[in-house]
Amino acid sequence: MKCVVSSWPHIRDGVTSKEIMLAVVIALLPATAFGVWAFGLNALLIIITSIVSAVATEFVAFKLMGKKFVMDGSAVVTGLLLALTLPPTLPLWTTVAGAVVAIGIGKCAFGGLGYNIFNPALVGRAFLSLSWPALMTTWVAPGTLTTSATPLTGASVSNTDLFLGNVAGSLGEISKLALLIGGLFLIAMKYIDWKVPLCYIGTVGVLSLALGYDPIFNILVGGLFLGAFFMATDYTTTPITRNGKVIFAVGAGALVVAIRSFGGLPEGVAYSILIMNAFTPLIERVTKPRVYGTGKKVMGK
Amino acid sequence: MFWSKGFRGGIHPPHSKFTSGKKIENAKLPKVAVFPICQHVGAPCDPLVKVGDEVKAGQKIADSNAVVSAPIHSSISGKVVEISPRLTPACAEVSSIIIESDGKDEWVETSGLDMEKASREEILAKIKDCGIAGLGGAAFPTHVKLNPPKDKKVEVLIVNGVECEPFITANHRLMLEEGEKILGGVGAAAKVLGVQRVIIAIEDNKPDAIENMKKLAGGEFEVVALKTKYPQGDERHLIKTILNREVPAGGLPFDIGAVVLNVETAKAIHDALSKGLPLVERVVTVTGDVNEPKNMLVRIGTPFTQLIEECGGPVGNIKKLVCGGPMMGIAQPGDASVVKGSTCVLVLNEARAKEYEEKPCIRCGRCVDACPMSLLPVTLSKLVERRKFDLGTEYNIMSCDECGCCSYVCPSKIPLVDRIRQGKAAVKAKVKK
Repeated sequence: MKCVVSSWPHIRDGVTSKEIMLAVVIALLPATAFGVWAFGLNALLIIITSIVSAVATEFVAFKLMGKKFVMDGSAVVTGLLLALTLPPTLPLWTTVAGAVVAIGIGKCAFGGLGYNIFNPALVGRAFLSLSWPALMTTWVAPGTLTTSATPLTGASVSNTDLFLGNVAGSLGEISKLALLIGGLFLIAMKYIDWKVPLCYIGTVGVLSLALGYDPIFNILVGGLFLGAFFMATDYTTTPITRNGKVIFAVGAGALVVAIRSFGGLPEGVAYSILIMNAFTPLIERVTKPRVYGTGKKVMGK
Repeated sequence: MFWSKGFRGGIHPPHSKFTSGKKIENAKLPKVAVFPICQHVGAPCDPLVKVGDEVKAGQKIADSNAVVSAPIHSSISGKVVEISPRLTPACAEVSSIIIESDGKDEWVETSGLDMEKASREEILAKIKDCGIAGLGGAAFPTHVKLNPPKDKKVEVLIVNGVECEPFITANHRLMLEEGEKILGGVGAAAKVLGVQRVIIAIEDNKPDAIENMKKLAGGEFEVVALKTKYPQGDERHLIKTILNREVPAGGLPFDIGAVVLNVETAKAIHDALSKGLPLVERVVTVTGDVNEPKNMLVRIGTPFTQLIEECGGPVGNIKKLVCGGPMMGIAQPGDASVVKGSTCVLVLNEARAKEYEEKPCIRCGRCVDACPMSLLPVTLSKLVERRKFDLGTEYNIMSCDECGCCSYVCPSKIPLVDRIRQGKAAVKAKVKK
């Protein structure tokens, strides 16, 4: 009798990385569907273009690096997230450029899944904002698709409209309700830690109040919900320690308020997360949990 | 949650306790029994018999003068046919005494102690003489555990009936069927240790065992029901849960005033003291992909394949044969024989023994959340891959209990605990130099 020998454990939890990626895509579906419903065909084309270019870029990059390409769904998530942060009237060639930079420079240049320092979708978005600032700040009203200002650039809307998504803005960021449904799904599945969106959004609210702004408006406006539920919770680019996740979220929240209040830009969610991404290794190092049986508390009470 | 009693992290694998309703059955006597001369933590024994000798059941066949060691007794009557190295279930090659049964099961005469008159030293000597070692799996010699250094003040005896590994029900059945004997041994251990407080800990997925032990213990010992969570049965987490104290890194439970004793070890103590019975049999759960999973009272030295046959043979082809539970059991390259630390024989066929392809780490942090020692398993694993063992030590790699929670939860199926074990071995080798 010959048996297979391997190290324990001999049973494993059923969850795989691919399933987690799929769950993120499912969680983004309400916001995606709302964006397409609000902004029409071009929105759908942007989404498809972004996802296809992201996956294709990863395929080519892996071929060039001589690595085996595995369809793990992470490029789909990046492509979709990028699309959701874009203006709904953006030309498709610009979208392709964003997706290529997101995956090519944001992810594959660092070694691929698990090695990138910055959130790839936000790298792509930042690249587009710097390269084509006019295209990246052209906003239209949902339904009518007429050019319109956003609440961050002076349009006045009620908080209810902000929450439901009856407002000009990025393709997948306008309906907070849709994003909330997806975010709660990920929390219920235990794929993300509820403390991250709570601390991120909470910090923005508290600091806005302290600085004399309307906290509800500051929470509901812009890309905060998309960032809080889907980007500040990104596994690869945020700390793996429990306390580190909280510090990351609070720091990002503070940066959003700082950029919006004192910076030259109307919105700060993307940069707040990118800046905190850079601090992730440092945060992780200082939030190492106290190991059982070490340190002062060893004797208990 | 910080307000609930318990330890950090841990996992909830499916219980798979198919045999919790199955009474303990006597397994057949083995035709040939194998006795490695080291079945415990500590010094190996020297054989007291030679090839050709006739032995009886219960006869001491190997012993050592070392303090941390436990003698080996034959579990059957018959003839010594060979003394040669064999693979133990721990996958170590150890010189082993092989005895062929004469089928008569003749025993040596044994006698117990008069517990009213027996001194502490006499009790400890008897326990040592009977070869008792921890039956929860680690097989630490019991007379050493019950005799801590003089400067360590032991206040609490915790009796471990947790049995947190999936599939295994040996302790569960023992608590239902031999509760009095367990308590007899617990009483003796408490007397030897001089402790007032005794706590019997059982996971709450065994309500019948909790009820039975409560009834039998009366008011004499505390019986506590613990939330079912793996690895609750690890003594470090058991102590943390019950006493809210932590065993210092590199230390032992008596450093913080506790001794943890497995329920079956307690029963073995009782048998040794009341009848002088040496440790020659134990309860083994034979489960997984066998036609009729059972709990069996098995003579030490019995081959696993014989037990599998007694359970109606395997379902399908045996792909993995595990000694112990699915979380920390050791996969056997082929047949092996029951030793003192064998709690379970787990058969896994092709359908159940899955092989996983390792994918890149996505840094999800599930291993960090699951680690009951508060380590960063993924960081340790990466440090080991890069052979940065000094940094590994800084990240407390030696504190790893090897419970396997990290590997269990990893969505990329990275063999984290395996990497960490390699790292620990490298650090140990370095220290020795």
